[in-house]
Amino acid sequence: MDFGPHLFLALLEGSITAAVLALTAVGLSLVFGIMRVVNVAHGEFFMLGAVFAWWITSMLGAHPVLGFVLALLFAPLLVGLIAATTDYLILRRINYNPERTIVATIGVLYIIQQLTLMTFGPEARPVTAPFNKRIALPWFENGADGFTLIWPWGLGTTTYKLAVIVAAVVILLMLWLVLTRTKWGLIMRATQLNSDMATAHGIPVDKVYAMVFGLGAALAALGAVLVVPIQQAHYLMGADPLLLSFIVVIIGGLGSLLGTVVAAVFIGLSDGIISVFFSPTLAKILATLLVAFVLIFKPNGLFGKSAE
Amino acid sequence: MNQASKSFALHGLVAALLVLLYWVLPEYHSGNLARILVLAIYAMGYNLLFGYTGLLSLGHALFFAAGMYGLSLSLHWLDVSVVPAMLIAIAASIAISVCIGYLALRTTGVAFMIVTLMFAQAGYLTALYLGEYTRGDEGIVLKQADRVLFNIDLTQPDTRYFFALLIFTLCFFAIAYLVNSGFGRALVAIRENEERARMLGYNVQRLKLLAIITSGTLSGLSGACYALLFGYAGATFASVQYSIFPLLWVLLGGAGTTIGPLLGCAFMFYLIDLSSQFTTAYMLIAGICLVLLTLFAPHGLAGVIRKRFLPWLP
Repeated sequence: MDFGPHLFLALLEGSITAAVLALTAVGLSLVFGIMRVVNVAHGEFFMLGAVFAWWITSMLGAHPVLGFVLALLFAPLLVGLIAATTDYLILRRINYNPERTIVATIGVLYIIQQLTLMTFGPEARPVTAPFNKRIALPWFENGADGFTLIWPWGLGTTTYKLAVIVAAVVILLMLWLVLTRTKWGLIMRATQLNSDMATAHGIPVDKVYAMVFGLGAALAALGAVLVVPIQQAHYLMGADPLLLSFIVVIIGGLGSLLGTVVAAVFIGLSDGIISVFFSPTLAKILATLLVAFVLIFKPNGLFGKSAE
Repeated sequence: MNQASKSFALHGLVAALLVLLYWVLPEYHSGNLARILVLAIYAMGYNLLFGYTGLLSLGHALFFAAGMYGLSLSLHWLDVSVVPAMLIAIAASIAISVCIGYLALRTTGVAFMIVTLMFAQAGYLTALYLGEYTRGDEGIVLKQADRVLFNIDLTQPDTRYFFALLIFTLCFFAIAYLVNSGFGRALVAIRENEERARMLGYNVQRLKLLAIITSGTLSGLSGACYALLFGYAGATFASVQYSIFPLLWVLLGGAGTTIGPLLGCAFMFYLIDLSSQFTTAYMLIAGICLVLLTLFAPHGLAGVIRKRFLPWLP
């Protein structure tokens, strides 16, 4: 009962990270793909999702399941509205100039983070999971007395953690359906291909941009609501998702959604494994250096297409 | 008066004013001013790259921290005196800026910003990872006995102020000379139109690399002076926040002006100093400033002065 089971557990924990990371990073990737801007405040939208989830569940004081369902619906909606307003008030006025957008979104990052500090406070606050039954994990061993099933063997997981993975997969599939099978998706893809041509065809590009920016932020918030019963809500929690989403989006190829999901699974799992068996700081150092070198030597990402 | 002598007079006037301020201001403010002068060197280094060459780096804290740790680690662990420690700090910042410049210049635009950010983040995490030597977030406090240069104790308010002012003035005049030299003009040409500068026969990659090295070395010098004068080196100075600060100072003061970094640095320092009396969320001010500056005044304070009143402002 040593290496194998722990690896199994690390993989399971890693796939939760991967599921949440995939949602957050797809939001960032969507914004980059369609609007060609880098949103540095993305991690703060993630944090806002978690904070709103805490706010909704604790203000209502209702049954945890009802509270959580409401949080799942309204927290991303609120965050999406805030992001769309940001786009309308700031990004539209600087014409989505890539470099000025980065500077402006750094400003937005500090504004959101510090306003949260002033209102929500510096404490980490928990949110109760709607259901949280412990299940012990099975493990197979091919020992002296043949192939045996050992269950339970000590370590386990919870139903909620498994539900997070399922929920993330469902949301990503829905997003894919929206982008490829609906009129909204068609409009977004048309804007991505050529915004001038889209304008000429009567597509309100300004509104599409505001909506995409809101949608990207809402995806991050959704990921945060899913993860907040496992991890607590805190005003500085946006930094890690931001860094990891950057890593994922760059390794997956900027703007490629499929590449982003593949990279999220890869980074999530390896982060789980490296953090369990080595130091988490070392894992982060290696990941940041990987991003820098991927950008220098393979600017289209490991999974991205070559330049157009 | 021609432009060059006007510019020289202006720089001399600023330096003279700063000498006078020491006797005019109460001790609390002259202590602050010493800090501002040291940080303004950092901002001037950043401005050379951002304001004059047009390269936006989000990872200058790496160079600042290279100087800071170069000096304090050698004072703390190697038991050398201030002059060799300072030389080690400068050598460290040159070495790091050569490496980063060589690697990061293979990218342009947004990719350049992210690459510099990632390298700085890796540097910050390394400072935490090597906590045994750097003491991570807690940081190293330098002993008072170590902070003595040629028998001058740099921990006293007056020596500290004038040492900061001396280094600042040297850098101030050096930058003023540099940006009017052929090198500085070529950097501006790259900022305005890179293709055209290349067509005219400038070796753009080499000039950009030189700009990064000069800028990184000035930032490292500022980091080393900061550790020497205020006796502390911690991992916070390597964090993203300290990469954002010089950008903010330069944007606020006016990118591409010699006096802008000092103005922006002083303005921001007092803005944060005043607001932190009311709230712990003082970075809110920094955030609001960044957004307002990008929206309404992309040329900063000195940029406005240059546009409205003094078109010759260097």
